[in-house]
Amino acid sequence: MRRLDALQAVYPELERCVVVTIMGAVAAELQSIGHRPNFFYLQHAMGLASSVGLGIALGRPELQVVVFDGDGSLLMNLGGLTTLARYRPRNLVHVVFDNESLLSVGGFPTATSTGSDLAEIARAAGVPHTATVRTLKEFREGFLAAQKRDDLTTLVAKTDAVGPSGYVTDLSLLENRYEFARHLKQRTRGE
Amino acid sequence: MRIVSALPETWLVHLIRMAEDDDEMTLVRLAKEEEGVGISTGAHLAGVKSAMLMQNHGFLAAINGIVSCGQLYRIPLLMLISQRGSFGEKDPWQCEGGGVTEHVLEALRIPFDRLEAAEHVGKRIAKAQTLAHSAGRPVALLLCRDLMWDD
Repeated sequence: MRRLDALQAVYPELERCVVVTIMGAVAAELQSIGHRPNFFYLQHAMGLASSVGLGIALGRPELQVVVFDGDGSLLMNLGGLTTLARYRPRNLVHVVFDNESLLSVGGFPTATSTGSDLAEIARAAGVPHTATVRTLKEFREGFLAAQKRDDLTTLVAKTDAVGPSGYVTDLSLLENRYEFARHLKQRTRGE
Repeated sequence: MRIVSALPETWLVHLIRMAEDDDEMTLVRLAKEEEGVGISTGAHLAGVKSAMLMQNHGFLAAINGIVSCGQLYRIPLLMLISQRGSFGEKDPWQCEGGGVTEHVLEALRIPFDRLEAAEHVGKRIAKAQTLAHSAGRPVALLLCRDLMWDD
């Protein structure tokens, strides 16, 4: 499964959510499908996307938060999984695109290429719902089920180690940040 | 303040209990301090005020997050940092961090002030928070030995 196809498969479902992505390929690919004001791309601080998602989810429990994480990023903040599980935000869907590679820096293999299992790590950390999916159909079904579940889910999607040709887009970091914060301010409760 | 993230140390135990007992606050207990940068960033983007409680060694451990998230994205992080390793410190393992904390804050251009007496606390925290929001940048308050600890 290509990550771009996976993003495309759930793109319509992201309209009502609040989306946080990691840097690099995930951010560039989601923008290539179509940027929306409810998307925030954390273009550095590897590992913290899930923590940013937790902060939003705790602060605004009426909104559904989707985090698009990656194997390289999550491996930098495994402890954060225990914090996620501890506070168990029911409005957070944590997706991990696992291509077993630090693709954006030239394709260095991560520990998931030698057997580390992120869904099992999340489960052992206490995340109540976890799964690993390998096909587009499984991914879409798993994502929709997570959205409906009303409980914390970590969904690990095994994807091909391919990405876009470049990572810099014409959306500046601060433009994205202020637009996103303004969007959240305008979203009223229950929306 | 609605969200307080914290990782305990001896000096901070009482403050963390206060945050826990306050119904208006959500206390988030962390595995590592850098997570608190992400949580406070998310809270700020969501329109919620927050603070981070940590030891100075936790601050040192969180630096990339502070720079590559807090400063890069102009987030008004309010960091309350216990300043271990200053004059009077008895624990040998706290001393290296005590000697570098203020220099690191200066190198990072993070405005900071010291809280050394009870009468400093309310006013200086409020002022720090005001600057954090008007500047759109992280700020720090050093919780010093004279305020936090009685030998």
